[in-house]
Amino acid sequence: MIEARNVTVSLGRARILSGVDFTAEPGRVTAIVGPNGSGKSTLVKALSGDLPYGGSITFNGRELAQMKPVEAAASRAVLPQAVALSFPYTVREVVRLGLMGGRSGALAGQDEHLPERALAKVDLSGFAGRFYQELSGGEQQRVQLARVLCQVWAPVLEGRPRYLILDEPVSSLDIKHQLLVMKIAREFAARGGGVVAVLHDLNLTAAFAEHVLVMRRGTRAAAGAPDAVMQDALLSEVFDCPLKVGAVPAGATPFVLPQAVPVV
Amino acid sequence: MSLSARMISFRHLDAAPAGDRSARARLAIALLVAALVVVAAISTATGASDASVLGVIKGWFHPSEEAALSARDRLIVYEIRLPRVALGILVGAALAVSGALMQGLFRNPLADPGIVGVSAGASLGAITVIVLGGTVLGPFVGLFGIYALPLAAFIGGLVTTLLLYRVATRQGQTSIATMLLAGIALAALAMALSGILIYMADDRQLRDLTFWQLGSLGGATWSKIGSAGPIIVLALASSSFLARGLNALALGEASARHLGIPVQRMKNTAILAVAAATGAAVAVSGGIGFVGIVVPHLLRLVIGPDHRYLLPAAALLGASLLLLADAVSRTVVAPAELPIGIVTAVFGAPFFLWVLLRRRGILDL
Ligand SMILES: Nc1ncnc2c1ncn2[C@@H]1O[C@H](COP(=O)(O)OP(=O)(O)OP(=O)(O)O)[C@@H](O)[C@H]1O
Ligand SMILES: [Mg+2]
Repeated sequence: MIEARNVTVSLGRARILSGVDFTAEPGRVTAIVGPNGSGKSTLVKALSGDLPYGGSITFNGRELAQMKPVEAAASRAVLPQAVALSFPYTVREVVRLGLMGGRSGALAGQDEHLPERALAKVDLSGFAGRFYQELSGGEQQRVQLARVLCQVWAPVLEGRPRYLILDEPVSSLDIKHQLLVMKIAREFAARGGGVVAVLHDLNLTAAFAEHVLVMRRGTRAAAGAPDAVMQDALLSEVFDCPLKVGAVPAGATPFVLPQAVPVV
Repeated sequence: MSLSARMISFRHLDAAPAGDRSARARLAIALLVAALVVVAAISTATGASDASVLGVIKGWFHPSEEAALSARDRLIVYEIRLPRVALGILVGAALAVSGALMQGLFRNPLADPGIVGVSAGASLGAITVIVLGGTVLGPFVGLFGIYALPLAAFIGGLVTTLLLYRVATRQGQTSIATMLLAGIALAALAMALSGILIYMADDRQLRDLTFWQLGSLGGATWSKIGSAGPIIVLALASSSFLARGLNALALGEASARHLGIPVQRMKNTAILAVAAATGAAVAVSGGIGFVGIVVPHLLRLVIGPDHRYLLPAAALLGASLLLLADAVSRTVVAPAELPIGIVTAVFGAPFFLWVLLRRRGILDL
């Protein structure tokens, strides 16, 4: 379990996060939603060990600040928003980097095929020999997802709780691959891993997340199951935009529609 | 081995998964080892005098034959040619690996100790010891003996690398333009300070300095190798621990850390290794430029940027190319010798321009 208690982050003199409580359990997809600048990426960076934080963040009971990079790498993988490579690596070489960290859980012997399997998973079979720098933005994002999957997939299959931290994993993907990536997140959770994903699409959130954290101006506005937090009043207020939540038939996955498109 | 067995072994190479260049890289390294052995053997066998290596080798087995002649040949081979070849291998490997390390560290294929002022800083350290070693720095030279010169060059290189890194890198991102411009400024500063020292030098020191600055493997002695060799070997050995980290660093600092790399420690080790290898190479051979940019670039075209293979391959190719450059420097104006730094610059500078042209679109100038 990832447990964040009373997390505070300051950058320079600005306080970006104040007193955020947050839990991500293995076995479920946890979505972080909120308007631009509400602190989603900052929270994800704190969870990834990229920023000094106040309060406490623990992975399976261990305080993040006390973990060495190798130990942290053995418990979670982080998908960055975009990665510009400095040298002409092939797609396979990039994906294989995911196997360099804690190999503790890598199934011996299958190692060499993991990159191909991960690429197939993200619908990039046949891309292994291409140069990463010559791919489209969405293809690059899926290559990075394949790399990140290599890092934590095998341990999860062996029953060890591992986490995937994804900052806007579908931001540059077409609709088919948005759904594919969310399905992979669900599958990862179903096998016993934990997923934390920053999402902008409230409908994807409703369809794929088991738990939702709503952020507002560096604080937690709400947290809970999708149908608990997906309420007209709360969402309209947090996003400062009139929104209507519906479910057809009643009890099915809720969906969100803007009430009136604000005209500027 | 039967034909079919050989076919299988070839098919095995072909059957490497798409995008996996490790088999090709290992093959390239094997070929580079063979090439280095051949080049080193030819370098040892040829020279200004007619001393015969074969004669020397025969002398091992038939000690009595023509004792006088073989004694002279032995002297030439053991005390002039072999040290020169050994020094060429050490310096070539040091320069090429420093280039590859620096490019990995700065995440930038144009970084090179010679181009961004690290060699100039190392030179300043060395010149300081050459000029002031008899007076102000007497105690330093007394304390470190033959290691004083490479140590001073190491310190000069280290200070420059640290300054460059501080100026050119912000939040783990290096701007190519800032790096090259900061390198120009640092090199100019180091050369100005060197100029002041050279102005203070006496005639004998001046002659030494001028020839040394142009870069040469001439005057190689076992004692020079004894002073710089251990430092270079140590730097090369430590670079092998950096390979995985540099691969991860290509994704950026945050992603490297997420993969379990202790990024800060790795960067410190890389900076120390670059400064040590460059410093030691500069101390014994002066300003030999462009090896660090040409060698890794050529290799990346063939085996890719994986540092687990790039670093050893760079050491091997750097050594071979420097021995070849040394052969050119000894033969084009024979019986005189061209400084080897001129030879590497004549080939390396246009190559650098070519790389720059190809990357012009990506440069953020
Ligand atoms: N380095 C920084 N220094 C000062 N303030 C910063 C810094 N980085 C981010 N901020 C501020 O912190 C706040 C939260 O930023 P963050 O990137 O976490 O937002 P976000 O929720 O991820 O937004 P988005 O939806 O646009 O990705 C913003 O107001 C931003 O301006
Ligand atoms: Mg963000």
